[in-house]
Amino acid sequence: MSRDTVTIFERSREGRRAFTAPRDDVPQVPVKELLPASAIRERPAELPEVSEPELVRHYTTLSSKNFHLDEGFYPLGSCTMKHNPKLHERVAALPGHAKLHPLQEPEYAQGALCLMFRLQQALSEIAGLPHVSLQPSAGSHGELTGLLLTRAYHEERGERRTKVLTPDTAHGTNPATVTMAGYEAVKVGTADDGGVDLEDLRAKASEDVACLMLTNPNTLGLFDRNIEEIAHIVHDAGATLYYDGANLNAVMGITRPGDMGFDIVHFNLHKTFTQPHGGGGPGAGPIACSDRIEPFLPVPQVVERSGANGSRDPFFDLDFDRPKSIGKLRGFQGNFGVFVRTYAYIRSLGGDGLADVSAVAVLNANYLKARLAEDGIGEHLPIAFDRTCMHEFVLSGRGAKEKLGVRTLDIAKRMLDHRVHPPTVYFPLLVDEALMIEPTETETKERLDHFADVVREILEEAAEDPEVARTAPHTTPVRRLDEAGAAKRPAVRWRPYDENPGDPERAREAPASGSGAM
Amino acid sequence: MAEASYPEDLLYHPEHDWARVNGEEAVFGVTWYAQDALGEVVFFDPPELGAAVKKDEAYAEVESVKAVSDVFAPLSGEIIEVNDALADGPEKINEDPYGEGWMVRVRLTDPEEADTLLDVEAYKGLLT
Amino acid sequence: MLAAIGVGSLDELFADIPESLRLDRPIDLPDGLSEQEVFDELSRLAARNRHAEDEITFVGGGMYDHYVPAVVDTLVSRSEFLTPYTPYQPEVSQGGLQVMFEFQTAISELTGLPVSNASVYEGPSACAAAAYMAKLETRRSRIVTSRGLHPHSRAAIRTHAAGYGMDVVETPLNGGGATDLDALAAAIDDDTAAVFVQQPNFLGTVEELGDLLATGKDRGALAVCAADPLPLGILKPPGELGADICVGEGQTLGNRLDFGGPSFGFFAAAERFIRRMPGRIAGETRDLDGRRGFVLTLQTREQHIRREKATHNICTAQALNALAGVVYLSWLGKRGLVEMAELMLRRTHYAREALGLPLINPGPVVREFAVRVPDLDDFMRRARAEGINPGYRLARDYPEYEDGLLVAITERRTKDHIDRLAALSARAREQVAA
Repeated sequence: MSRDTVTIFERSREGRRAFTAPRDDVPQVPVKELLPASAIRERPAELPEVSEPELVRHYTTLSSKNFHLDEGFYPLGSCTMKHNPKLHERVAALPGHAKLHPLQEPEYAQGALCLMFRLQQALSEIAGLPHVSLQPSAGSHGELTGLLLTRAYHEERGERRTKVLTPDTAHGTNPATVTMAGYEAVKVGTADDGGVDLEDLRAKASEDVACLMLTNPNTLGLFDRNIEEIAHIVHDAGATLYYDGANLNAVMGITRPGDMGFDIVHFNLHKTFTQPHGGGGPGAGPIACSDRIEPFLPVPQVVERSGANGSRDPFFDLDFDRPKSIGKLRGFQGNFGVFVRTYAYIRSLGGDGLADVSAVAVLNANYLKARLAEDGIGEHLPIAFDRTCMHEFVLSGRGAKEKLGVRTLDIAKRMLDHRVHPPTVYFPLLVDEALMIEPTETETKERLDHFADVVREILEEAAEDPEVARTAPHTTPVRRLDEAGAAKRPAVRWRPYDENPGDPERAREAPASGSGAM
Repeated sequence: MAEASYPEDLLYHPEHDWARVNGEEAVFGVTWYAQDALGEVVFFDPPELGAAVKKDEAYAEVESVKAVSDVFAPLSGEIIEVNDALADGPEKINEDPYGEGWMVRVRLTDPEEADTLLDVEAYKGLLT
Repeated sequence: MLAAIGVGSLDELFADIPESLRLDRPIDLPDGLSEQEVFDELSRLAARNRHAEDEITFVGGGMYDHYVPAVVDTLVSRSEFLTPYTPYQPEVSQGGLQVMFEFQTAISELTGLPVSNASVYEGPSACAAAAYMAKLETRRSRIVTSRGLHPHSRAAIRTHAAGYGMDVVETPLNGGGATDLDALAAAIDDDTAAVFVQQPNFLGTVEELGDLLATGKDRGALAVCAADPLPLGILKPPGELGADICVGEGQTLGNRLDFGGPSFGFFAAAERFIRRMPGRIAGETRDLDGRRGFVLTLQTREQHIRREKATHNICTAQALNALAGVVYLSWLGKRGLVEMAELMLRRTHYAREALGLPLINPGPVVREFAVRVPDLDDFMRRARAEGINPGYRLARDYPEYEDGLLVAITERRTKDHIDRLAALSARAREQVAA
């Protein structure tokens, strides 16, 4: 058994340091002369004391325990784990972008504002909606913005609406957002073909409904053929139609949410537009909207003004004069570093390139779906809805559970031993033992074939000896972890007195004080 | 608890809750089926003492690592005792759902409601 | 591949999309460019920005020109940290999960509160998240905030509060640029879910935090402190002064300015709120061989399980930026953080004295201070002509400080820089005297 990991705090040794303070030639006035005693910290924060070599080794070693996209296949459904082009880090690091202060006067930030304006235009074209705000920090933040815009829109019309509809296949962020926006979440059913149940929608689309939140294609990877009728029903009821852009990778160049009838769209720049996931962010969730929603957009908006001082060059500015705006969702202008990468991506691909992205994403998904429907796999992992999929598809592990005694969870864990990342599991909730698979367009045919071979091998092995999968993974830095113990007795920080780290019993003996020091 | 079990002396609610009635009071909990479906229980979120519970409505939540389940009141009443031992030992709900895994004791407001509950055979019939 | 799928053409795969919705023209964007051409264009755009190495900047207002050490760049650019997804398969994500655990520990140490999450988006929306937690915890509908909170934080609270169904009441600063304690206390009632103060406040004032955080306790309101993490090296942590929740902006911890983002927000709270916390939390545990490991824990709080009853809708947060944060704090270390904070304190004091201009907040300050500048336009123009950006104009956010300038000091502002700014302010000092 390999040695246990240690935290950076446990590597700490008194007196070691990586940082040397710069020379300080101002008068060395004592702290107690500059601050009242009541404000001065008595004990320093117990941060690590390590040298630079130890610091680098520690985090480099940790990094080696992560499976990552640059190493292998990562078919997480609705996450769009496509390759992160390496140019993007180079351009994002240019000092003109990276070292620009958010409160720099617009006249000295024209490069940044121009980039944001052009990005807005590009996203507008992709969405088929005229107005864009880049402000929201992530998809969920964009969703919240969309519902707050909806609220402002109805309030201005003197209408008080209390409900928002989401399909039962919706990603969890949708109903969570509904509650945060002050609405009641109402579920709309799914029909046998995997699309929204129109009868159920008609019954629920009353004048008390503010909005229907959808993604199209949906989390089953299926394009809802009735989308125009859906838009009609929702708009007839006076509600807005919101597009969750998580699955936008399927439709660029083919169709646009604005044309489908959506009023508000959010984009996940960390999905469709290659911002690296970073192990859980950063991302960005800009939104596009129709004319009737535009007055309520957050401040500031990036705008183009005709040349100042008689110049013919356009001048890009931040417009704060928006009396009907819902206000600010966050500080400053948004995740600009993410906009730089997204802009570079869009300029690299161009319009035709983006259309190719979606075409190949859909091709790859359908090909992989066909490979996984072959004998030896298909009977164990049947497709949940037998239709042409778009960029992703959902299988059910119920066949494997019944015939082989291994669950989707076990198959996923065994994939880790094959150095591929499992698909999304147990979502959408509608499908029993779900596996949601999205290969993306940046995978080669050989990678897809390899994945199909891995799945076949795991199932054949399970038929012989299901215990291997049930106790997988076997070759990863750690094996299955006690998540129940972690939830029952949460140990969410290192404690200096803890001789047996990781032992839930010790974590319970924590002293009452917050800092953890004795 | 490894094997399914459903005591004969209890009354059952279709949402997989049980009631042990004792005159004007009753004790509630969840059945073997419920704890098996949930998996290892990691947290029980109890109601407050003195809170009113209404038959067929959720009065508490029980959590596993990956799921949250409402706990439904088989009968109406007022909470007079909560099983505090579940705070440090939520696994009692799995190990002994009808004994140490009891959840609340209630003073019944309408004991007649017990007539609408299922006996053990009727409840087991629902499970097949 | 088409044969394997069983279709004759790519177009058949899009048969589900009604003709009426098909885009009948190419996407109207310029053609794609080579890597080199994209690099050139992005370089040209970058060149049109005046950045923190192009000028001597005293602009702060929530984000600051700090030195980011090379170790941060080295580590955050590793593919193993940069490219994975959120760690839903913990067996192959121990690096990312342990980083979160260490980050949570560091934030807990800084804030003096035992429970921290693994990051939220940034500072102002972290305040909005604290307001949501207060709403869920107390079920009340009023937020009271000091005007000393960052203007973007107050705005974000208001914008989100429209959804929460909460009112937001703002209380003033006193004549010394600190939160008016009496006005704050008077605004708190039995429907107040939380009281917000900031340390140091937007003007750089070191607030009487203990007194401020105590104001709502009798009424059962939660005490929330928005804090700047670096000065917490020498300032008493909000957790020791009665804060129930401490949030803040993490940009100064190893993250770039990036024209405002991405950075990270931190969110820490008292133990009893652990199941109400927003966002991801990493927890320590063991694997089935007894090996120490980490997992995302208490996931039943989060949107993917609890859906409409989740503690927050957040999914993607700022994991990579939080990595930069914990690397930076480990680089500074226990003593280095104190040294850095003391350096900032002394230089702030020196700058304030050297400028010699009328003070908006004459009391104790750290990292930032506010002055009145007669003929501010002229001052700004002359400073810019010398390659100096002297500070942030307060008038937009605080019209009551019409001629106010917010001057920020970091370890990158040397005595020499400060003396040059002071020389420029000589003319302004003369105008005051006259």
